[in-house]
This record gives sequence, C-alpha cells and structure tokens, in this order.
Amino acid sequence: MSNVYLDHAATTPLDPRVLEAMLPYLKENFGNPSSFHSVGKEVKDALDDARTRMATILHVRADELVFTSGGTESDNLAVLGFCRANRPSTALRSAQEVREHTPAQEVRGHIIVSAFEHHAVLEAAMHLEKKEGFEVTYLSPDHDGLISVDQVMSAIRPDTLLVSIMYANNEIGTIQPIAEIGNAIQKYRADATKVAVNSGFKATSVASGPIFHSDACQATGFLDVDVEKLHVDMMTFNGSKMYGPKGVGALYVRRGLKLQPLQFGGTQEKSLRPGTENVAGIIGMAKALELVQADREQESQRLTVLRDTLIAGIRERIPKVRLNGHTTRRLPNNVNISFMDIEGEAFILYLDAAGIYASTGSACTSTTLDPSHVILSLGLPYEVAHGSVRFSLGHSTTMKDIEYVLETIPPLVAKLRALSPVRVDPKYYE
Amino acid sequence: MSYSQPPVTGKAGDVTTKDGGKSWFYTDVVKDHFFNPRNFMHEDANPDDYNAIGKVGSPACGDELRVWMKVDPASERVLDFRWKTFGCGSAIASTSMASVMVTENGGMTLTEARTIKPQHIMDRLGGLPARKFHCSVLCDKALRDAINDFYRRTDQVDKMVVEASRIIDPISKVTDHDIEEAVLEGATTIEAVQAKTKVGIGNPSVLPAVEELIRFYKEKYFG
Repeated sequence: MSNVYLDHAATTPLDPRVLEAMLPYLKENFGNPSSFHSVGKEVKDALDDARTRMATILHVRADELVFTSGGTESDNLAVLGFCRANRPSTALRSAQEVREHTPAQEVRGHIIVSAFEHHAVLEAAMHLEKKEGFEVTYLSPDHDGLISVDQVMSAIRPDTLLVSIMYANNEIGTIQPIAEIGNAIQKYRADATKVAVNSGFKATSVASGPIFHSDACQATGFLDVDVEKLHVDMMTFNGSKMYGPKGVGALYVRRGLKLQPLQFGGTQEKSLRPGTENVAGIIGMAKALELVQADREQESQRLTVLRDTLIAGIRERIPKVRLNGHTTRRLPNNVNISFMDIEGEAFILYLDAAGIYASTGSACTSTTLDPSHVILSLGLPYEVAHGSVRFSLGHSTTMKDIEYVLETIPPLVAKLRALSPVRVDPKYYE
Repeated sequence: MSYSQPPVTGKAGDVTTKDGGKSWFYTDVVKDHFFNPRNFMHEDANPDDYNAIGKVGSPACGDELRVWMKVDPASERVLDFRWKTFGCGSAIASTSMASVMVTENGGMTLTEARTIKPQHIMDRLGGLPARKFHCSVLCDKALRDAINDFYRRTDQVDKMVVEASRIIDPISKVTDHDIEEAVLEGATTIEAVQAKTKVGIGNPSVLPAVEELIRFYKEKYFG
C-alpha cells in the first residue's frame, strides 16, 4: 500500500541526524544545567553551545533567545508577556500629533494582528481584549492571503504596543512581507524618538511606536530567518516543523525588551521561562535548524517544482477547485485547495484509505464546529472552507508521490460529489 | 534524503488508528457505509418519482442532507428512500444506515419511521465517537421533515408533527416555540430569527435545527 505523508505543516518526522545529536542528552549526559558540579556543567556547556549555534544562524545574540515548549508557548509569551509588561500608564501622542499639537489621549494599549494568525497569537490577543482591557485590530488579508505594509502602518495608533504578523501562514502558506513591515515600523519608531527629543514634551508622553513580532514556525525550513534583515523585535520558532523534536521552541526577544513571564519559580532563561531546560530538545532543535537552513535553497527549489506540478495537475484533472492563497508568494511545500461541493473530513478519510495523509480546514476535524478561520478570512464562504484540503510537502516527498496523488484523487472527489446535494456558487472557483 | 517514513500499520482501505485501539475513529460498520454508501440519489434519478422530500442543515454549518422518499399512499409504507449528504464520514454513514433501516423488511410505516432516533441509528452503526454524535446524525430529522412533507402534500396537515416545546439552543435557551412565534411574526430566514431570538449566536452548532424549524413553520403556516 502506498504511504504518502503530505502533512509536513502539521509536523515533520525527526531527522535521524537530529536524533543522533540528541541521544547523549537522553542517556549518559543527564545532568541539570543549573547544577554546580561537572555532571551539570557538561550539560550546561552543551546547552550554551546549542544556543550559540542557533543564534549564529538567526543573526542574534545568544542571550536574546528564550527556549520554550514550542511555537504556542513562544507566541503566548510574546503577546501576553510583552503587552502585560508594557501597558501604557500615561497619556500618549504620536509623532504626528506632537507636530499638530494635538493633546495627548488617554489610552488602553492596542495590538495589531492579522485575522489569519495561528490561534496561539490570535487567542492570546483575544484574551487580552476580552479579559485585560486591551484593544485589538484584526487585519484582514486580501483575497490572495497577503497583508500589506500600508495596511499595518495605517492601523498603528499612539498606544499601539505590538504588531504580530506571521512570516508564512500555516494553512495556505502565503508569505508575508515581514522585512518591509519591520523596516516601516523601525522608521516609525525612529521618527517618534526624534520628535520626542525635539518636542519639549516629556519623552514618556510621546508614543515610541510598536514592537514587531512574527511567528516563523512554518517558514524556518524554507525562508531566510536572518532576524537582522527582517527587522523583527520578537520571532517565534518551533522544533517540530523542521525535522526536530516536538515539545521545544524558541522566542527571539530583542535585547532591552521587557516581558512578563507566564510562569514563575526559577531563573532559567533569564527568569522569562523558569524550569529545568529541555536539554535534548533544545540541542535537537539547534541541529534541526542548522540542517534545514543549510539545505533550504536547494530543498525549496525541489519542492517548488513538486508543488506546482501538484497544483497544475489537480486543476487539470478535477473541475471546480480553487487554490487558496497566492500562486507564487507561498511556501514551496504548501498546496491548499478547496474541492467544491464536498466536505473535507470525508475526503481526508477517503485519502487516508488510499494511503495519502493530508489535512483539512473543515470544522469536523476541529474541536469547535467552525471551519478554518484562515479560509474564511480570505472572504470565502463556509462551504468553501469546509471543502479545503492542505497538502504540505517535505523531505520525503517525491515526484512519484505527486503522480500517485494525481492518479488517486479524481475518482474520490467524483464519488463524494455524487453523494453531495451542495453546489457551490461558481463565482468562488471560476 | 537519508531518512524514510516509518511504516504505517493497517490494511488497505482501512481507516484505523495506529494503535488499533478504540479512539475516535469509526467502527467497521460505519466504514462500510461510508466507503460503500447505500441508496444514495443518483445523478440521473428523477425527483418526480418521489412523493416526499426532506432537508436539514446547510453547507454553512458543515452538514447538509436531502432525502427523497417514495411512500405508498394506501399503506403509508416507505417503498424507497434516497439521499444526498454533504458532511463528514459519520454524516454520510448514518444517512446510509437510516436509508436501510426505513426500507428493509418491506419498509416502515410513516408512524414507525417517525420514532427513529439518532440513538437507534448509532446503535446499528455499532457506535460513533461522542463528539460526532450530535453534529453529524441529522438524518432522523430529514426523515421527519420528509414525513411532514408527505402529509402536507396529501392534505393531512393535522398529522404533521413537531416535537413539543424543547430548548433548541442551550446557550440562548431559545425553544422551538420561540422560533414558531418568530416565524409567525414574519421572520423567515435564519438572520431574521436570530435578530428576534439570538438563537445560535456564538453557538452555531444549533443552526441546522433552527433552519429545520423555520422551514417547518414556514410550510405549516404559509404553505
């Protein structure tokens, strides 16, 4: 039976070279890095080494990395930790308002996120909105699944604390202009600083401009993660999407930023993330990052060919389909297609029976009954979201796999369509 | 690349958990009806051959079900029962099973068919995952909708039945009578009924049931 795993955006298998790097720290080198004896010191050295190697790739300082339990925790720490620690206590005015002599406004603290962020960012922001009095602006992507620099900049207010826009979307793979947004935010902040110095107002009454966070979990295997070039202040990484272990992640936090920890009880990770470090996991993540980054251009080229073959093949063989997300400004491994008139979970089960493992934005596979918020944010109706299927390619994917998928799925779609009473409005796929 | 995927256990065509255990995946009977659905409405079938139709759900809420029923006017037995379903595996399998249940052994009478509950369908399927039960077993409702349609078409409006007052939305505590009143006041779409009752706002899982009621009362009072 065929066995085609096309769910690499959910998680990737562990690279054997990563496992090899981890094994000593699961076996003989078991010490606690906080211990003052040589058993602990040995492990502390390995931990520091992993931190340094990861920092080198990301072009950051080693002490700017906080190790966490994964992407979700990193996102939560960035959003909750930063906003809670930096809530404005005084009235603020923007540089523009200083120039125009507008009186300072009483403010609540404002957050900007895209409407199709991962739930780890989205629900953290919603929590701050509902329970802690912050205000949140949700930026809708355009029909191609892209957020623009102008959109972000025109949403900024004097009390905007944080902008969080993901590097690449986890469902539709669209790549956001992170470097451009980061650059614009940096300029905004430089302008604010200049005005604050020259205005004669108390510097604290002039808005210093927002901090920029980006979730790079899906992007790490394919895109440039040089933080300096991207102009981000915080960035989320995850081990289990790049052939590293599960249960480990990192948050880059630019030096000087103040965050409130989410948990207490130790001084590890500069007290931002207390608790004995997941040593083997961190060492595995560092190794995984090195491997995917060394290989990323070659692997991206290879997968782009497979991705485009799959997209073109589906379009050619199956009527009434829609590619969700921009055709080229998307990750090399992401294909997200809505098959009209059928429901994703049923399709996933038919695919599963044929040995093809993919995922869907249908409500049926979520714990709520709502379908994918990502597909809905593109301005598409519920039935199109229910019929969306994500094929995410990876190291193991070959042209033979793509050919097998293309051979296998047309009759499955036809069969489910024969059972379906739904006929989606042609304007959504023509 | 140097690594290969780990082998996956399980026979071809088998939807199963890797541990072979009893987690949320489906029973053999469910799988059989899902992969080999019975009695679905073929593309080339003529809807005029049927004398009752029923509908429940909408694609927006993730499940839509339509049924076509041929009822013998004299005996009121179900001679044929056809369906189409947009929905997940358990929605398709439960509809297929319901179509077997109403037509086997010479067909149920409409009185018998009306007593079918989701529980009965689930029992015949050998069980469904708990979280699938409420959202995906809708075919009993489509069946009752079709039964009412038969009585409406045959001018036996007194035999049309909708269950006595019951809470439709446990969050807004809206009952079927609230919806009946909203329809009588002229609200004939989900949005209009929601504007009057707040039913299903923040709890969209109840919307198929609301939609079914709106359609029922609309037909009952406005034909």
